Amino acid sequence: MRSQDDSEYLAGRVSEACARGEPLRIQGGGSKTFYSGSGEGGALSTLAHTGIVHYEPTELVLTARSGTPLAAIEAALAMSGQLLGFEPPHFGPGATWGGTVACGLSGPRRPWAGSVRDAVLGCRMVDGRGEVLRFGGEVMKNVAGFDVSRLMAGALGTLGLLLEISVKVLPRPECETTLCFECPSAEGRERMIRWGGSGLPVTGMAWDGRLYLRLAGPEQAVSAAARRVGGDRAVEADTFWNGLREQTREFFSGKGDLWRLSVPPAADIGGLSGEWLIDWGGAQRWLRTDAGRNEVFAAAQAVGGHARLFRSANPAAMRCAALAPALAALHRRVKAAFDPAGMLNRGLCPEAS
Amino acid sequence: MDRTAFLRELKRVLPAEAVLSDPEDLRPFECDALSAYTVLPWIAVLPETVEQVQTVLRLCHSQGVPVVARGAGTGLSGGALPVAEGVLLSLAKFNRILAVDPANRMARVQPGVRNLAISEAAAPFGLYYAPDPSSQVACTIGGNVAENSGGVHCLKYGLTVHNVLQVTLLTIEGELLTLGSLGLDGPGYDLLALINGSEGLLGVIVEVVVKLLPVPETARTLLAAFGSIEAAGDAVAGVIGAGLLPAGLEMMDSLTLRATEAFVHAGYPVEAAAVVLCEMDGMAEQVEAEIARARRVLESHGAAEVRESRDEAERRKFWAGRKAAFPAVGRIAADYYCIDGTIPRKRLAEVLGRIGELSEQFGLAVGNVFHAGDGNLHPLILYDASHPGELERAEALGEEILTLCVEVGGTVTGEHGVGIEKLNPMCVQFGAPELRQFHTLKAAFDAGGLLNPGKAVPTLARCAEFGRVHVHGGRLRHPELERF
Ligand SMILES: Cc1cc2nc3c(=O)[nH]c(=O)nc-3n(C[C@H](O)[C@H](O)[C@H](O)COP(=O)(O)OP(=O)(O)OC[C@H]3O[C@@H](n4cnc5c(N)ncnc54)[C@H](O)[C@@H]3O)c2cc1C
Repeated sequence: MRSQDDSEYLAGRVSEACARGEPLRIQGGGSKTFYSGSGEGGALSTLAHTGIVHYEPTELVLTARSGTPLAAIEAALAMSGQLLGFEPPHFGPGATWGGTVACGLSGPRRPWAGSVRDAVLGCRMVDGRGEVLRFGGEVMKNVAGFDVSRLMAGALGTLGLLLEISVKVLPRPECETTLCFECPSAEGRERMIRWGGSGLPVTGMAWDGRLYLRLAGPEQAVSAAARRVGGDRAVEADTFWNGLREQTREFFSGKGDLWRLSVPPAADIGGLSGEWLIDWGGAQRWLRTDAGRNEVFAAAQAVGGHARLFRSANPAAMRCAALAPALAALHRRVKAAFDPAGMLNRGLCPEAS
Repeated sequence: MDRTAFLRELKRVLPAEAVLSDPEDLRPFECDALSAYTVLPWIAVLPETVEQVQTVLRLCHSQGVPVVARGAGTGLSGGALPVAEGVLLSLAKFNRILAVDPANRMARVQPGVRNLAISEAAAPFGLYYAPDPSSQVACTIGGNVAENSGGVHCLKYGLTVHNVLQVTLLTIEGELLTLGSLGLDGPGYDLLALINGSEGLLGVIVEVVVKLLPVPETARTLLAAFGSIEAAGDAVAGVIGAGLLPAGLEMMDSLTLRATEAFVHAGYPVEAAAVVLCEMDGMAEQVEAEIARARRVLESHGAAEVRESRDEAERRKFWAGRKAAFPAVGRIAADYYCIDGTIPRKRLAEVLGRIGELSEQFGLAVGNVFHAGDGNLHPLILYDASHPGELERAEALGEEILTLCVEVGGTVTGEHGVGIEKLNPMCVQFGAPELRQFHTLKAAFDAGGLLNPGKAVPTLARCAEFGRVHVHGGRLRHPELERF
């Protein structure tokens, strides 16, 4: 893998943009534009800023530059028998480390191994003034100063250009198996709730007409857990979980808008009609529906969660419900604290613009 | 506004018994668990409803009066130390568990609920709240969020930030905000992450929804004795490197070991240079397999002896000494000063060696007991406050140790927070640009700087005086910007 430190150039470009008052849109591999939107202004690519800066398997810590391909990071971890606990989606071969953290999306393992932001330990970044800042670090526990690095996860590059991100990584389980059950939605949800509270070594629970349970850990534990729950071995477990994470399963290519609902796992969202796919043991639900935007926003909010229009043919569509006015105002002040002149990824975070 | 007029205003909006102003009544609030520093607040308030807190904050905001939130006051860095011309806002009366929701594995609680009370309320459903600071019988969930507290279980189950789903917060203006959601993430910026560990500087937490986990079916512990600190440190790295993730991985040096053995009689091997405690939890079959592997790793790293807890009673006994380590050391010294810093795990042996040298240099004994699994050190500096100059020497030694933590790539606080205690060490860890960013962020929440002023983030002026602010390349970036 190429390794090159392009920090100075990237920071210089932001300073320059700031001096000229010309906004920049940060671009990595372009794999998640459908999700983030593309922002306004001149493009600033992170693709020349690559390399794993530090990886210490016995510390469970990895630090990499933001333009590093996600695939290269995963390969390096696999060589040492480790993985990213949050199992991030790539959504294309070009996915970068910076884009992964900026989008903050996590895969099927998330409820049991934590999200992107849960894994983040520290970062180096360029703020909207072109200043290079370092927050957090490479140790597991650190409460010195405000936790700015975790705030960067999911901020879509609107608070700063990420240069390097350090994360906690996890050991790859010795053994993994997926069981599959034929059952209708209601029964599937009921079982997910039961298993979720049972202490089985779970690393995935999803329902798409059939119920899937992924167990991981030492051989003996996985077989014992499998014996306890019964069920059939899934035929192509990897295909299933990859297809779910990368949204290559048939469900995701159906017509109409694709929604993501983040809700309490046992929540009943009976009122909304459409086609459902359940992940995260019930906490993340994918919906294809013709229902109106406000109806979907309201249904998620009614159970204490929130909804986001994830993929839509209409790029201008409003993707998330408006935040409460006081919270929206706070978002704008937080954005201004990092990027007072609005230089970075202008227009990407509707909550804050 | 003067004190009398302010007091009159407060008494108009709060029940009489919720406002304390006699010096006698204020005395119990003058410090937190860092008792070397005391300040008597102007007034202490003990509201009972969110509306009352809101009223207090609005009043303080309009009159420019500082406010310091207080949970149980077990903080070890002076985070809840009152300010002289300010209000001490106690959340002690917010002590109700509002709901336990077993199907969604969450509990909705008020900020003054004790950490352990959550697990007690969840126990009938086979659930518990994972973060377990040693102070868990006393400290509150509001304080835990404000400090992003950790405990023995952090290596496997994370810190407070990983176990909180939603926080309801009042801003200094009295605006009620909900951060996070009842799902696993919230909309917009992750301000929930930012609130964890913000030491009461950004808002007053009035409600918390925590995640609950299934109580592990089994837990078993190994106790391994080593002939040298280095071997013990390497063994800890070996356990992690082998792909194991213990529920607890703790270490004690010989000074601490002997002190605790004399105190609790846990049967510890007192002749060892260091002891490692390694606990596995989960399904019985999983624990059995992992304990066997951990034992092999510990033995291959030269453990002189590895004991395995045979039953729950023995497991508790193994932990009894670790849990009682602080009071045990307290018995052998007149006073002790507990430091909190984190280092990369593989520098463990080296750092402990350097601490030993510093201990000799300063002429003060240091005991080490710590969360080895995540590199979080708690050196205990033994001193005698009745000997003139010893407290100052202990503090100076503490700062040296924290500087060492930063030098090896670690941090000046792993879980106790900065408070007023570590303002100088913060100048070692952060440069001017980062400190300025912290202040700008603080201003986004609290423009007037009324919430817990003077804590957690040093001013640049203070760092300049301390001589430790890192001005990169000899120049301050953006000299045109105001430096608070
Ligand atoms: C013997 C002992 C052992 C300890 N062990 C550990 C340990 O293992 N791990 C660990 O992490 N800590 C430990 N601590 C430190 C302390 O217990 C924790 O920091 C705890 O979280 C503080 O909680 P508290 O309710 O006592 O908060 P306080 O001490 O009252 O306050 C701490 C900070 O939180 C703020 N705060 C409190 N409540 C609120 C609120 N509702 N809204 C906004 N801000 C608020 C305060 O302003 C202050 O800045 C220990 C302390 C002792 C005395």
